[in-house]
Amino acid sequence: MSALHFQTIAALADQLAEKKLSAKELTQAVLARTKATEPRVHAFNFFDEADALFGAVASDTRRAAGLALGPLDGIPLGLKDVIAVKDQPLTASSKMLANFVSPYDATVTTKLKAAGAVLHGRLNCDEFAMGSSTENSATGPTANPWDLARVPGGSSGGSAAALAAGSAIATLGSDTGGSIRQPAAFCGVVGLKPTYGLVSRFGLIAYASSLDQIGPFARTVEDAAIVLNAIAGHDERDSTSFRTAIPDYRAELAKRRGPWKLGIPREYFGEGLDPEIGAAVERAVAFYQSQGCEIREVSLPHTQYCLDTYYIIATAEASSNLARYDGIRYGHRSKNAKDVVDLYFQSRAEGFGAEVKRRIILGTYVLSSGYYDAFYLRAQKVRTLIRQDFLNAYKEVDALITPTSPIPAFKLGEKSDPLAMYLCDIYTIGVNLAGLPAISVPCGFTKSQLPIGVQLIGQPFQEANLLAIAQAYERGHEWSTKNPNL
Amino acid sequence: MSSAPQLNIDHVAKLARLALTPEEKAQFAAQLGSVLHHIEQLAKVDVTGVEPSAHAFAVHNVWQDDVARAGLPVADALRNAPAHRENMIVVPKVVE
Repeated sequence: MSALHFQTIAALADQLAEKKLSAKELTQAVLARTKATEPRVHAFNFFDEADALFGAVASDTRRAAGLALGPLDGIPLGLKDVIAVKDQPLTASSKMLANFVSPYDATVTTKLKAAGAVLHGRLNCDEFAMGSSTENSATGPTANPWDLARVPGGSSGGSAAALAAGSAIATLGSDTGGSIRQPAAFCGVVGLKPTYGLVSRFGLIAYASSLDQIGPFARTVEDAAIVLNAIAGHDERDSTSFRTAIPDYRAELAKRRGPWKLGIPREYFGEGLDPEIGAAVERAVAFYQSQGCEIREVSLPHTQYCLDTYYIIATAEASSNLARYDGIRYGHRSKNAKDVVDLYFQSRAEGFGAEVKRRIILGTYVLSSGYYDAFYLRAQKVRTLIRQDFLNAYKEVDALITPTSPIPAFKLGEKSDPLAMYLCDIYTIGVNLAGLPAISVPCGFTKSQLPIGVQLIGQPFQEANLLAIAQAYERGHEWSTKNPNL
Repeated sequence: MSSAPQLNIDHVAKLARLALTPEEKAQFAAQLGSVLHHIEQLAKVDVTGVEPSAHAFAVHNVWQDDVARAGLPVADALRNAPAHRENMIVVPKVVE
């Protein structure tokens, strides 16, 4: 049996239910592990030991009274520092919100608290979730637990690294262009981006509202299903939240056994793909074939336009969303302003980091008079075509299988050119533009022992199928039992 | 979008209410120039007759029932204000 901090929600929930373990013992073990690894990993912007232990003791009290709430009761979970937890700091890893304290809970937070989870920390990320490496953080970069000289991916790098390091049993991140799946691949864990509209974004700091979605990081597909059970569902406080029946995703895993028809989009296996990753994904495809799945090559002809479409739409929405940070009602206020208008200019100049400024500039430009039609409107039309590509493919197949990232975790400081960094997202952004669910599952290691992820892309709101397909692969392999030496 | 787009960094920074240093202006103009060059290839896509997508799944007319309910208490709303007095946020003088 592995150390407590490396176990799954499913295994720990059984031990808690059988009273072989208390939530307090588990939380103490995770906090001890966090304190031991944080000086090297820096996955957390903040963790609250007293609050976590208070939550753990409350869980034990409930259980002793026969009022245990379910599989998450007493489980230490970390949240990306863009998700509001009442009375806790919320910074988006930005100087702009360095002193911000949440006045309310995000809906996912409310739901996790109602499920009894112990929310012990706020996880590092790229500033305002903009980036692919967690290097754009005002609190400093997070290191990859598999190789401390490398990045954990981003923007939800802290969420992936904390889980891989054993500093949380599961975590939440947000995914706008791959920010859950790519760090999951880099850190050797499972990362699920649900269908747009399945999980409420109320209380999530907005980056690009037509793309943002909250989802879980977990050690196994089953654990991801357990967390999704807790957070999915309609919320009247998020007007994009979808009214749809929510199945018991964990229970559905056992019922859905395939075989499935899987599509391989040929555009995802071209130039720029690391050969070791390509080979690992091909082995995953061969595994599905050996299990009786039908494999078909499919085409997503507008794939080459995804990156450009994404960077127009995402930055345009970001420039609008981040207009609220003006130094007036909350956030950083400059002490060097001449008048109220200068206060906006100076507060924003002092509060935002370089990548956020770059994206605000680009987004403002593509929305500005004379350029709107050529950039933003055109990108929204190409977005329609990208989405149709996926829906056409789903006439033939149940899900698509691709690499999650073209490259494994790169070295801290290696990618200084913004365009080179943006190209890290080429296999993940189409999913956000089309609003689809997708999951990254560990599928091996490179020769230098860096984790590789395979991405499975599902049909809209068919998370139950997607999770079952992912679990079929996971069960045939032992990747999810591997942990870094840290 | 046929010719290489020019990004007037001073104009755009003003629209964005963002004070940039001369170094930032030079750096961003160069970096965004290469990004814009990349983005130019979207001009090649035939979008004739294609409807724009604002969201992946369009949801229309989302209304809440018109029922009064408690909002955020004033003290909570002011908790993160840089300066406040008598339940109001203090800002620099707006009118001379």
